[in-house]
Amino acid sequence: MKPPPFHYHAPRTEAEALALLAELAPAEGRILAGGQSLVPAMALRVARPLHLIDINGLPGLDRLDVGDGHLRIGPLVRHAMIRRESVPGPLGALLDKVRGHIAHLPIRTRGTVCGSLANADPASEWCLVVATLGGEMTARSLRGERAIAAEDFFQGFMATALEPDELLAGLRLPLLADGTRWGFHEFSRRAGDYAQAASLVVMEVRDGVVLAARIGIGAVEDRPRRLPEAEALLIGRAPTAELLRQAAATARATLLPTDDDPTRPALAEAMIRRALADAAGIALP
Amino acid sequence: MSTRRIALTVNGTRHEAEAPVRQHLGDFLRGTLGLTGTHLGCEHGVCGACTVLLDGRAIRACLVLAVQAEDRAVTTVEGLAPSPEALHPLQAAFCANHGLQCGFCTPGMLTTLEEFLRDCPDPTEEEVRVAISGNLCRCTGYDSIVAATMEAARAMREAAA
Repeated sequence: MKPPPFHYHAPRTEAEALALLAELAPAEGRILAGGQSLVPAMALRVARPLHLIDINGLPGLDRLDVGDGHLRIGPLVRHAMIRRESVPGPLGALLDKVRGHIAHLPIRTRGTVCGSLANADPASEWCLVVATLGGEMTARSLRGERAIAAEDFFQGFMATALEPDELLAGLRLPLLADGTRWGFHEFSRRAGDYAQAASLVVMEVRDGVVLAARIGIGAVEDRPRRLPEAEALLIGRAPTAELLRQAAATARATLLPTDDDPTRPALAEAMIRRALADAAGIALP
Repeated sequence: MSTRRIALTVNGTRHEAEAPVRQHLGDFLRGTLGLTGTHLGCEHGVCGACTVLLDGRAIRACLVLAVQAEDRAVTTVEGLAPSPEALHPLQAAFCANHGLQCGFCTPGMLTTLEEFLRDCPDPTEEEVRVAISGNLCRCTGYDSIVAATMEAARAMREAAA
């Protein structure tokens, strides 16, 4: 369980890191951030980068900034730094709840939010949050900087729109207006283990009627995504138990699971139903 | 294979040594520094036995490269006790409550719980169970580990009062 040999680079500035990445990406060079997925993948020999460019020594990358109605998460923000008190409004409570589902304490102190996005595991909670809320990623390279929307960023099983020479330089999430309702549920076989199915629902309800809804599913298909057919069912209607059940069933019917595990669709439907119920604030057995 | 000379502080003592760049911190602590209190189980981040404190935060020593600990402060199980004569309250409570059988998971349990109790000095049993959910005890002694942690938390609260 030791990583195969590689060359290690510890740049001191972002410019130096980008230059190293441009030079070494064609030679199997990769960024090392928190390393909580990459290092075990190397120990298991499923990843064999020849060069690691460690960005942990770069200053200023661990910032969480709030402004212009957005939360900006820098590339070295660890999972454990995402706390209710550091993010205003319902988004803070939502992210706080999601954080608790990511692995275990000693993984959360080291692993990074942006690292999870770049890794793009279909079961990643942060990837589900970004896909559901419509996050925007910033990619930076010697060639310049570009923004990538969530729907373009995730391109398949552990595949993203990042080019090999691009560093994921940050994530922007829209803050949620006060009164925005949400629910998050995931099923995993053991505490902290990979999700078998996870769902995030965000809803705006006024005068007893759903004005807007986002329903996201993760860990079921090859990437996280929203479920527009189920969302459309809710708009303009009262979020009753019957309607939520119907929306969850519709969601299930539109899923294309990547495996033929017979429990997967039922788990997905159950997680969506529970997330919907939490968002609507009703009990749904 | 490429190596680097690194300097770091471990349990309050400054060390300088050569480390192969692919060596993880756990092997460096055990093999190079001879601090065999940190145990290595799965070496891919699942079992929690190798948990140490890096600048006060619990991390997996198998998932951090030794070269990444350059200029950082590491605390291992050997560094938890306040003096050679005294035990850390968690260690004392583990002894008193049979919080260990074979002892393999114990260093990781103690370091994980040390950070946890700093953040959460008055936990519920449920919170303790969640905190150690990433630390596997194959003797399945979780009940006594939880009891020991609750007692240590009480002792630490009283000492701070």
